[in-house]
Amino acid sequence: MNFLQPDFAPAYPEIFLLIMVCVVLLADLAWGKEKPHLAYLLAQFALLGCVLITFATSSPGVVYTFSGMFVDDALADILKMMVYVTVSVVLVYSRSYISARGMLGGEFFSLALFATLGMMVMISASHFLTLYLGLELLSLSQYAMVALRRNSGDGTEAAIKFFVLGALASGFLLYGMSMIYGATGSLNIARVTEVIQTGAMSHTVLVVGVVFIVAGISFKLSAAPFHMWAPDVYEGASTAVVLFIGSAPKLAAFGFIMRLLAEGLGAMVADWQGMLIILAVMSMVVGNIAAIAQTNIKRMLAYSTISHMGFVLLGVISGDGNGYSSSMFYVVIYVLMTLGTFGMIMLLSRAGFEADKLEDFKGLNRRNPWYAFIMLLLMFSMAGIPPTVGIYAKLSVLQAVLNAGYIWLAVAAVLLSLIGVFYYLRIVKLMYFDEPETDALILPQGDVKLLLSANGLAVLGFGFFPQALMAWCAYAIQHSSI
Amino acid sequence: MLFGFPLLSLIIWLPIIAGIGVLATGGDRNAQAARWIALAGSVAGFLVAIPLYTRFDPLTNAMQFIEYSPWIEHFNIHYHLGIDGIAMPLILLNCFTTPLVVIAGWQVISKRVSQYMGAFLIMSGIVNGVFSSLDAILFYIFWEASLIPMFLIVGIWGGPNRVYAAIKFFLYTLLGSLLMLIAFIYLYQVSGGSFSILDYHRLPLALAPQVLIFFAFLLAFAVKVPMWPVHTWLPDAHVEAPTGGSVVLAAILLKLGGYGFLRFSLPIVPDASHYLSHMMIVLSLIAVVYIGFVALVQADMKKLIAYSSVSHMGFVTLGFFLFNAYGVEGAMVQMISHGFISGAMFLCVGVMYDRLHSRQIADYGGVANKMPVFAAFFMLFAMANSGLPGTSGFVGEFIVIMAAIKVNFWYAFFAAITLITGAAYTLWMYKRVVFGAVVHPAVEGMNDINGREITVLAILALAVLWMGLYPLPLMEVMHITVDDLLTHVARSKL
Repeated sequence: MNFLQPDFAPAYPEIFLLIMVCVVLLADLAWGKEKPHLAYLLAQFALLGCVLITFATSSPGVVYTFSGMFVDDALADILKMMVYVTVSVVLVYSRSYISARGMLGGEFFSLALFATLGMMVMISASHFLTLYLGLELLSLSQYAMVALRRNSGDGTEAAIKFFVLGALASGFLLYGMSMIYGATGSLNIARVTEVIQTGAMSHTVLVVGVVFIVAGISFKLSAAPFHMWAPDVYEGASTAVVLFIGSAPKLAAFGFIMRLLAEGLGAMVADWQGMLIILAVMSMVVGNIAAIAQTNIKRMLAYSTISHMGFVLLGVISGDGNGYSSSMFYVVIYVLMTLGTFGMIMLLSRAGFEADKLEDFKGLNRRNPWYAFIMLLLMFSMAGIPPTVGIYAKLSVLQAVLNAGYIWLAVAAVLLSLIGVFYYLRIVKLMYFDEPETDALILPQGDVKLLLSANGLAVLGFGFFPQALMAWCAYAIQHSSI
Repeated sequence: MLFGFPLLSLIIWLPIIAGIGVLATGGDRNAQAARWIALAGSVAGFLVAIPLYTRFDPLTNAMQFIEYSPWIEHFNIHYHLGIDGIAMPLILLNCFTTPLVVIAGWQVISKRVSQYMGAFLIMSGIVNGVFSSLDAILFYIFWEASLIPMFLIVGIWGGPNRVYAAIKFFLYTLLGSLLMLIAFIYLYQVSGGSFSILDYHRLPLALAPQVLIFFAFLLAFAVKVPMWPVHTWLPDAHVEAPTGGSVVLAAILLKLGGYGFLRFSLPIVPDASHYLSHMMIVLSLIAVVYIGFVALVQADMKKLIAYSSVSHMGFVTLGFFLFNAYGVEGAMVQMISHGFISGAMFLCVGVMYDRLHSRQIADYGGVANKMPVFAAFFMLFAMANSGLPGTSGFVGEFIVIMAAIKVNFWYAFFAAITLITGAAYTLWMYKRVVFGAVVHPAVEGMNDINGREITVLAILALAVLWMGLYPLPLMEVMHITVDDLLTHVARSKL
């Protein structure tokens, strides 16, 4: 029996990152005490390397490797690039925050990189087991990151909740996958697609499998009614970790939906469409209404995330490339806004002080008009008010929904998002209309200052010129294996 | 007429860039610099708008000063600007009002001056964008963006209840415009992928979708105008806003709603407009008559003028839905005239408020004894507000009533009631505030208006008189456009 050497080239970024994680771990072990910023620099270097390798190995076509378990296409390349950039920005924002809280060690960075690796595997998976492998690598790293704040009761509670519910959701997913395996006789996504198209299987078993898979995905996306973990985790975990959990994994989750629902189960769109509509509407209802009652900004943003994920699901329901690319655009914009918002929360936090209450934003315009302006842009973008980019995210998703013929759904979505505007406006109100309670100076480091400003201005800049980003998303979907 | 120079872009972006420049002056240490840059920017904004009038061709029904370039190709959205005889006067009104607002806030605003001035300049540019957009999404972007500066102006420099008023203003107007967005996307699908407003004008539509689209537009524009019964945000916003905010709100932002009816509702869904015209006329008449009576009982001067605005804007919507040339032209004249008069009225109240810090009618009395010059100006504007012949307030109302009488005697009858109520609430307020003996000791200490205030009021007084005595130049530029619009609306799209 001759052993075929698999083509490693499509997986070079993953392999490189795996090596680098080990380097980070070892280097931190050896020199971590003397050079606390070494792990940070190495992690940034690893991400930069990944960007270059992904760029160098990218090809317009669809390349399968490892016996069809791993795929490299435009969707994978673009999503991965976005993941690298996101994680890199997260690390910049987090550095001084975690350093002030004594968490600046190899653990945070190596876990973040492991999670990144998990996301990359998820994005490039073309086999149910690869998908699951990536997902678990991501999830386990996230559980551990939440638990990093081990002296805090809230942190530990959040970690346990996250872990138990996350494990349950993974169980759902596995069960759903096994059903699909039972119905189609394969775990390979391309093969599953073929079998479903021939119709030579039990439809009932397949639908039951789809139900479990959709439930599992909803948990990972924190879509209602599988959202319960999100507010507690957002509140309990340290802000740097929340920023991580709330940003890049949503990109990976989108990739996951694409591979699993759009590609693998694309022929079953009539079956999962209805489920997604219910999930999307529930998410928007729960997210927007519950967010009003929050006094903790991290909890509020957790609910805001839930409602945004409702919008992401709305884009997917149309079941065509136009809808997928609008959904992808929404996720990318969501990540951009989330990065800025949590970056701002960390900016206002000082050693021994968490700016996680809404009141902490009071009078920011008095304390520092520039950051107040950046936050204003972010909030209006979240609310979908022009000229920020948030409106195009909503526009493209609504356009996909109307294209699929669901006028009532589009109307419901905009009315629910109107409720959402209220709590974003409240932050603007606190910053601009109220007097500050503290006059503590805001002294960010140079790189944070620059990046945060760029992040806020990007929200405005893409608001004027969204074309490139939209075209990218459309390109990614068109040149993917879907 | 193709005109190589991108004049409309200049008119939109010059105030915005000037506004950013004002913001860049930073804190209140550089307040004086902020004021001067704001004045220079706003005056320049007005000067560059003058060629719009001088180079405007009133003999064509086509869009003029067109600019067209691809913007978001993914959705076939274009940066498409152009104006006709309806948009041009409104742009001029806006560019004319901005310097006045800047001057009016010169000394009154002492905290966060750069942000105040910057917000007004940026809003001025955005509003020009609304009036000149020919792409639905571009229009929508400008339309919604105009909420942000006003929200901040009311919320930061407003009165005690400013937060409530600002958020109510924002959510109310947003509620209306979100459904308009859905309507745009629907039209985009139906038209086979175009966001061009001019394409929508030609797009055939069945009656059922037309009615739905009409209501989606109606909500957006009715909130903005505001029509009864969605007017309740306006008195709150006016009362809490600083003087400049009230002026811009009344003079400019309300006109966005009226403009929307002419640019969208009537030409895009003409059959639904005809079908529902009775409803629109009844709503307008309720605003004219009922809100007129509501204004009569107000104890707060700003609230009184706010209700009077709602009542006067009722004439505008009434004129639109009479579907004859007098109606639409009269409504347009009424919009411009209301821009001058209500702005002036709010400035007059602002002048008194700056001295006494009260807006209650009961706190005044005998102001004429202490401020004779001011009393004279206020008299003129009060007369204009009640529709005295010779002032601009008369022209619009008279033409609309003429138009109404052609359609139905009772429409005209009810509309004409405003000539009584309008005079009653305005002049009664004027009498209680300005005439009589000085009863409150605080009034004793009021000084007459200074040169800065005289300048602003005198400019507005000239505008009011000019429009009242010689409205022809205004009617001329819009005549062909209005005729064309009415021919278009008379053609069924079914």
